Amino acid sequence: MNKWKSLLITTLLMVLPLAACETAPEQTQASNGDTQATSSKPTSRLDTVKSRGKLICGVDGGIPGFSYVDQNGNYSGIDVDVCKAVAAALFNDPSAVEYRNLDATERFTALSSGEVDMLARNTTWTISRDTSVGLEFAPTTFYDGQGMMVRADSGMKTLKDMQGKSICVEAGTTSELNLTDNLRKQGVEAETVTFQQADPAYAAYAEGRCDGMTSDKSQLIARRSNLPNPEEHILLDVTMSKEPLGPVTINNDSAWFDTVKWVTYALIEAEELGITQANVDEMKNSTDPTIKRFLGLEGDLGTGMGLSNDFAYNVIKQVGNYGEVYDRNLGKQSQFKLDRGLNDLWTNGGLLYSPPFR
Amino acid sequence: MVERKKQTIPIWRDERFWRIALQILAVLIFVGIVALLMGNLNRNLAQQGNNFGFGFLKNEAGFSISETLIPYKPKDPYSQVLLAGLANSLRVMILGMILTTIVGVLAGIASFSENWLLRQLNRVYVEVVRNTPLLLQLFFWYFAVFFSLPKPQDMIKLPGPIFMSKRGIAIPWPANTLNVWIGLLVLGIGIIVAIFIWRSRIQLMTEKAESGQPQLIALIIIAIISILIIIFGLGWQAPKIIATGGTEGGLNLTLELSALLTGLVFYTGAFIAEIVRAGIQSVPKGQWEAAKSLGLKSGLVMRLVIFPQALRVMIPSLNSQYMNLAKNSSLAIAIGYPDLYAVANTTYNQTGRPIEVFLLIMAAYLSINLIISLSMNLLNKTVQIKER
Repeated sequence: MNKWKSLLITTLLMVLPLAACETAPEQTQASNGDTQATSSKPTSRLDTVKSRGKLICGVDGGIPGFSYVDQNGNYSGIDVDVCKAVAAALFNDPSAVEYRNLDATERFTALSSGEVDMLARNTTWTISRDTSVGLEFAPTTFYDGQGMMVRADSGMKTLKDMQGKSICVEAGTTSELNLTDNLRKQGVEAETVTFQQADPAYAAYAEGRCDGMTSDKSQLIARRSNLPNPEEHILLDVTMSKEPLGPVTINNDSAWFDTVKWVTYALIEAEELGITQANVDEMKNSTDPTIKRFLGLEGDLGTGMGLSNDFAYNVIKQVGNYGEVYDRNLGKQSQFKLDRGLNDLWTNGGLLYSPPFR
Repeated sequence: MVERKKQTIPIWRDERFWRIALQILAVLIFVGIVALLMGNLNRNLAQQGNNFGFGFLKNEAGFSISETLIPYKPKDPYSQVLLAGLANSLRVMILGMILTTIVGVLAGIASFSENWLLRQLNRVYVEVVRNTPLLLQLFFWYFAVFFSLPKPQDMIKLPGPIFMSKRGIAIPWPANTLNVWIGLLVLGIGIIVAIFIWRSRIQLMTEKAESGQPQLIALIIIAIISILIIIFGLGWQAPKIIATGGTEGGLNLTLELSALLTGLVFYTGAFIAEIVRAGIQSVPKGQWEAAKSLGLKSGLVMRLVIFPQALRVMIPSLNSQYMNLAKNSSLAIAIGYPDLYAVANTTYNQTGRPIEVFLLIMAAYLSINLIISLSMNLLNKTVQIKER
């Protein structure tokens, strides 16, 4: 009998916490909405984030210029600024963000399981990710293309020269697929060595395990600055793919997707309207109705989304417009000095175009 | 008589009732939890617009992997790439188990060596390797040891020929032709015949006191034929250096495979060394003394008296080490070896189906480990004391 008593107690001890996990969220769901994943009635992540008071943002954390953690644990980069912009729109506080470093294969699971609210992690917008993987892509914040980095003294000029060579690539990325496609197209047989994480992949390239390293060009340029002798490495003059990178949210949650989408557009629209971090307060006195609507002085664009009416003002005041974000992280004021190129406003021959704020 | 009338004790005091009721309760609770979790899963999947199913396995995989045992091309379906990953995993596991047994047994026996230096070196090996994380050791082997090989242009050339460079280690290897397989078959038969002759020879020598000379001659002939087959009959292909800087022909062990295999073999080997040491120490001292008093040399004491007894203690623990090796092989992903876990990782990331893919991975590792366990249990049965 003693045995059975102990069995019963053991079973109960094992089961009770599980049962508690299962039922507790449902009870508290109405109050804090923190449990979109376990609730039977779909709640928007927008409410979850608002009641939490903090945004959880999935980033890479290892790519200078996009998302990079420095020695003091501070995050910087264009992706990080998108997270900050969303936090500024929601809470008027760009520091109300908790960052999660995710590698390429973890990111979608982390998003769909609700561990992070959104991704701002160099994620390429593709049809299969948008549809069958179950994601929503906010506007592209960086138009990129896949490149190939090789050693300057290797004498390689084109992909054809990579016959019989080995190429390092990060697992779970579009780079992996594009590389395969491009090699197939050109009839080149090369060995691809796939790494789970970017750090070992670049280390393997630096150590000479691979003759080439492929990824998005911006990433290669950023990562090259971390290699032992950056000047010994060059990018081949090939672009293997289109890589539109932008923030990502989960499928079937329009309210939350709209928030992220329009905060991103707000960055672009602000640049087009000439509103900067410095002059945003002055702009409040503008007579232009478009600017007044954008900054929330007229109309109800913000409240219609479930945000405060001056969300765009907060974003620009705290983070700056797209041009400022770009210059700070990748452009003139950064170590990379990348041209705007495709990432300029449509009025300047680029691809950035925000639908009207009206 | 009085006690007979008390046969109808209340049901809550009936031990038999509780035995069954508690079991039913436990099953119900378990089923309830599973149902709750499954319901939760379905609801969430439906919310994201996904349905549970394995149909995605027929889609084109589209990514390439660096080395395969079975044919695989990027245009093959996901099921094929997963199979290729499984084959790569099995390759590491099987090679790893064989090599780690050799390393472990040698290191275990070395701890009894009379050579002071050997004993201490062995001790350092076991303690250092056993007490540091395997992942760290894999990075060590990969980045520190194998990456210190020279670039392909100035590769190390060893007689054999063996070529070592950052592109891998190329060794001679039999060609994949019919003749080679026939040769291997003959070799296998030769080994089995040799074992039978050896046994009957010992029987004849010990029980009938014969010289065993004809059997010995037969064994020598088999050995000579085998050596001839190994040298000439297997069509060894020597690796050759080709113009683009790599090697061609033979077997090219990539750095990833080499590092993973070395790491796993030495890590598990250290544990096996301890198991072997414990097994040998578990044999009573009297057995050593008895064997020595019969005039056996110390090598023979170990081989004929001590080791067979130690084996009985060792095999159950070895079982769990082999299973550990099989599971640890999934760390391959850290150093870029395309094993089952690595390709499955890419697969679920591309298809957005983590649950289905993880079920497949779990099923695969579970089956592999159950097979290991089963075969070790069979082996265990054969070495246990047979009661007569």
